[in-house]
Amino acid sequence: MKLLDLSLLDWSRAQFAMTAMYHWLFVPLTLGLGVIMAIMETLYVRTGNEEWKKIAKFWMTLFGVNFAIGVATGIILEFEFGTNWSNYSWFVGDIFGAPLAIEGIVAFFMEATFISIMFFGWDKVSKNFHLASTWLTIAGATLSALWILVANAWMQHPVGMEFNPLTVRNEMVDFWAVISTFAINKFFHTVFSGWIMGSLFVVGVSAWYLLKKREVSFAMKSIVVGSLFGLVSSLLVAFTGDSSAYDVAQAQPMKLAAMEGLYEGKSEAGLIAIGVLNPAKKEYNDSINPYLFKIEIPKMLSILGYRDQQAFVPGIINVIDGGYETQSGVALSFAEKHERGKAAIESLKAFQQAVNKHDDATAMIERTKLKKNFSEFGYGYLEHPSELIPNVPIVFYSFRFMVLLGLFFIALFGTVFYMSSKNKMEDAKWLQWVCLWSIPLGYVAGQLGWTVAEMGRQPWAIQDVLPLKAAVSGISSSSVQITFFLFLALFTVLLLAEVRIMLQQIKKGPEID
Amino acid sequence: MMRVLTNLFLFFKEGFSNMKVGKTLWLIVFIKLFIMFAVLKVFFFPNYLKTNFKDEASRSNHVRQELIHRMK
Repeated sequence: MKLLDLSLLDWSRAQFAMTAMYHWLFVPLTLGLGVIMAIMETLYVRTGNEEWKKIAKFWMTLFGVNFAIGVATGIILEFEFGTNWSNYSWFVGDIFGAPLAIEGIVAFFMEATFISIMFFGWDKVSKNFHLASTWLTIAGATLSALWILVANAWMQHPVGMEFNPLTVRNEMVDFWAVISTFAINKFFHTVFSGWIMGSLFVVGVSAWYLLKKREVSFAMKSIVVGSLFGLVSSLLVAFTGDSSAYDVAQAQPMKLAAMEGLYEGKSEAGLIAIGVLNPAKKEYNDSINPYLFKIEIPKMLSILGYRDQQAFVPGIINVIDGGYETQSGVALSFAEKHERGKAAIESLKAFQQAVNKHDDATAMIERTKLKKNFSEFGYGYLEHPSELIPNVPIVFYSFRFMVLLGLFFIALFGTVFYMSSKNKMEDAKWLQWVCLWSIPLGYVAGQLGWTVAEMGRQPWAIQDVLPLKAAVSGISSSSVQITFFLFLALFTVLLLAEVRIMLQQIKKGPEID
Repeated sequence: MMRVLTNLFLFFKEGFSNMKVGKTLWLIVFIKLFIMFAVLKVFFFPNYLKTNFKDEASRSNHVRQELIHRMK
């Protein structure tokens, strides 16, 4: 057994998390603000009202600031894959190489081509051509999020591939299986959450103008569009969030159990609406009550997770012990999966030995055994069942605060749209302050969503197939520490630059060029 | 063809010369890309497998050994 430097794993995880979280400060605003500015330009083209043009140009400028500062920050994640996660990169390379290349060519060039027309083409190309360029710019930006989200969904629910023991790579055998409902729900849930971010930004900045009694007509028009778009987006996020949670229940029961702090499964399981976990609970199988306090919605977890109020929802203990019914049969225990995982890894070893000896018959037998046990391949790397359990408090509270913020956004946008349509928004100072201070809440909600998705699937890089401890490169942890702080400095400087330039442009107001 | 290229050149020339905040943003973009690709990628983020193993066979063999020997 080769000993792995555990600090290497922790630093590699921390670096990836930090990079992804910073990257996700820029992306949602690009996705949301892009659609809103396109809607405003559409209103200009449809009505001929020059004020809409001024409004569209202002938001386009802020879009440009965010786009320029944020562009290519995601590339750093790819650097990290190649250096820190080389086993993972090699293992999955053939699944995503082609789609990500297509994304790079189509989406990037689509964005790059039309964004220049969008910014430089006012009064130089026709109104309709300019409008089409604006829509195609944001379509390109959204499309560039597609494959990376499909890749992430595949890591949570690996399907449509076959492992080739000769190349030690997974190969895509069913493209449409990879575009699973898991991937589709993740894509739309993520994109719609970006739309909420854009709406919060537009409504919040416009509310600031109202508080300053500046640009009132501009602010009111922006608020109407932003709040209506935000309301629709919030409802879509709730809808796709429900679908995503259903997917999690089917493919990642441990994550669902952690989201609910559910240790012992039950039928007619209730959803914890409000709850406080008991910090005294240290082991999954001790007898300590996991909650200090909870308010449950009866049967709701069974309904949301399995569309059946009688359904049994497995808890953490059940996922470890197995023995409950699933769609694909009786769930295996950790011990059984561990044995299968070890058998799969042994078969990989025996296969290669047979190939080296040109023993085709044995190679075929071992390949067949490997294929049979491959779905539990990753369990061979885990020593103890407790390794299967993600950090329950982080996942539990992140999920609750995310949902709470989602409900708050529905109420906020509904209230703002109602007040705007009744011409009461301009006098509602309290609501203007709420709108302004809700801008950071959009970022918080997005980060919490990713925390649930990524912390909730620990210890896996690829669900059931490859744990992080097998995915990480055998490099020195000190080199990862150095680059962690380099990235921290780089991203912080970029973020400060963005905030500074944004504030300058907002203070100048919509008359700016 | 020349006319199209000339118009395209003028389109971008006017666009860039009329930029205000855009000039600052382009500067930030170039500095950022320089740091990312000319410094971080080159000195801190070599592709581990491409740097340490010369061909596909030796890379796959290395990953195989890693996967086998990390088993508990």
